[in-house]
Amino acid sequence: MRLLGIILSICLSFVVATQVAATPVDTYQFKSDTNQKRALELAHGLRCPQCQNQNLIDSSSPVARDLRLEVYSMVDEGKSDDEIINFMTSRYGEFVLYKPKLESKTYILWLGPFALLALGLFIGLVFVRKQRNGASVEAELSADDQKQLDELLKRSKE
Amino acid sequence: MKKLVLFIPLILFLGMGIFLYQGLFLNPQELDSALEGKPIPTFKLEKLENADKIITNEDLTGHVSVLNVWATWCPACKYEHPYMMTLARQNIMPIYGINYRDDRDAAIRELKREGNPYTKNIYDVDGRLGLDLGVYGAPETFIVDHNGIIRFRYAGPVDHQIWSEILYPKVKQLQDEEKKEGVS
Repeated sequence: MRLLGIILSICLSFVVATQVAATPVDTYQFKSDTNQKRALELAHGLRCPQCQNQNLIDSSSPVARDLRLEVYSMVDEGKSDDEIINFMTSRYGEFVLYKPKLESKTYILWLGPFALLALGLFIGLVFVRKQRNGASVEAELSADDQKQLDELLKRSKE
Repeated sequence: MKKLVLFIPLILFLGMGIFLYQGLFLNPQELDSALEGKPIPTFKLEKLENADKIITNEDLTGHVSVLNVWATWCPACKYEHPYMMTLARQNIMPIYGINYRDDRDAAIRELKREGNPYTKNIYDVDGRLGLDLGVYGAPETFIVDHNGIIRFRYAGPVDHQIWSEILYPKVKQLQDEEKKEGVS
C-alpha cells in the first residue's frame, strides 16, 4: 500500500513537471485555448533541425523560431495534425519527428523492445522452472559424512 | 551444444558493440535532405538588385544549376565566397544565389565589394523559400538538374576539396544526363 502511494506520487510529479515546462517565450496570440494546447503539443514533438537535441519549443535558434511560428499559424488556420507533420517532414525529413512513424522501416524500433521483453520473460521462466525442479532433489548427507561433519564442528568449538 | 548456447550472449553483445561502434563515426549534422528528388518549390520573389523584377522557380529550370543559400550575417558564407567566385569564373553552370533573411542594401554592398558570383540572386527576406527548401542554416548548396529537380543538398561552406570530391562529380553526371536526353 505504501509502495503504491510512492509510485503514485512519482507519477503525479511528472505530470506537474511537464505542465510547468510548457511555457514558450514567443508572444503569439492563439485564436483559442484548444488551438494553443494542440500547437504546443505538436511543437514539443518536433525536433529543431539545427540544435538537434532540442524540440521546437526549447530551442532558441532562428530556424526553430520560424518553424514554431509556422506550426502555430497552421494550427490557427485549422490544419490537422497530420497535415502539419507532413509539412515538416516533407521539408526537413522524418528526422524531425521525435516519435517516428510506424512503418516497415521502423518496426524494429517500435516492436523491438516488446520482443526483447518477451524474450527476457521466456528465458526467466525457463530458468525459474529449471531451478524449481532442481530444488526438490536436495542432496542428503550419508551417515559417514554426518559423522565427519559433527567431528569437525566439535573440533572448531574447542 | 549446451556450451554453444552459453556463447549466445557474448555473440549478441559483440554484434551490438560493432553496430554501436559504427554509430560513433556518423555525423548527425549530415542530414539527408527531404527535398532530394523533388522539384524546386514554387516561389515568386524579388530579385536582390531590383525589387521590381520577379524571379520564379520556372526561371531556374532548363539547365543543371547550383543554388547557393547565403547571407551577409553568416560568417561561413564569407569563408565560402572566394571559392564561389572561382567557380563562377570557370563557368561550369549557373550559380543562383538565395539571399536568405538578409538586408537588401547590406547584401548589395557586400557583392559590390567582394564580387558577385551569382547569375541571379533571389531576395528571400522572410526565409519562406528557405523554409520550403528545408534550410536550417546558411550556407547550403543545392544541385538542381535540367528538369528543375533537386538532386543533392550540401549543408556547410563549399571549398575546393568539397567541390571537387563531392559536388562536381554530381554536377558532371547530371550534365551528362542532360546531354543524353537532349540527343535522344
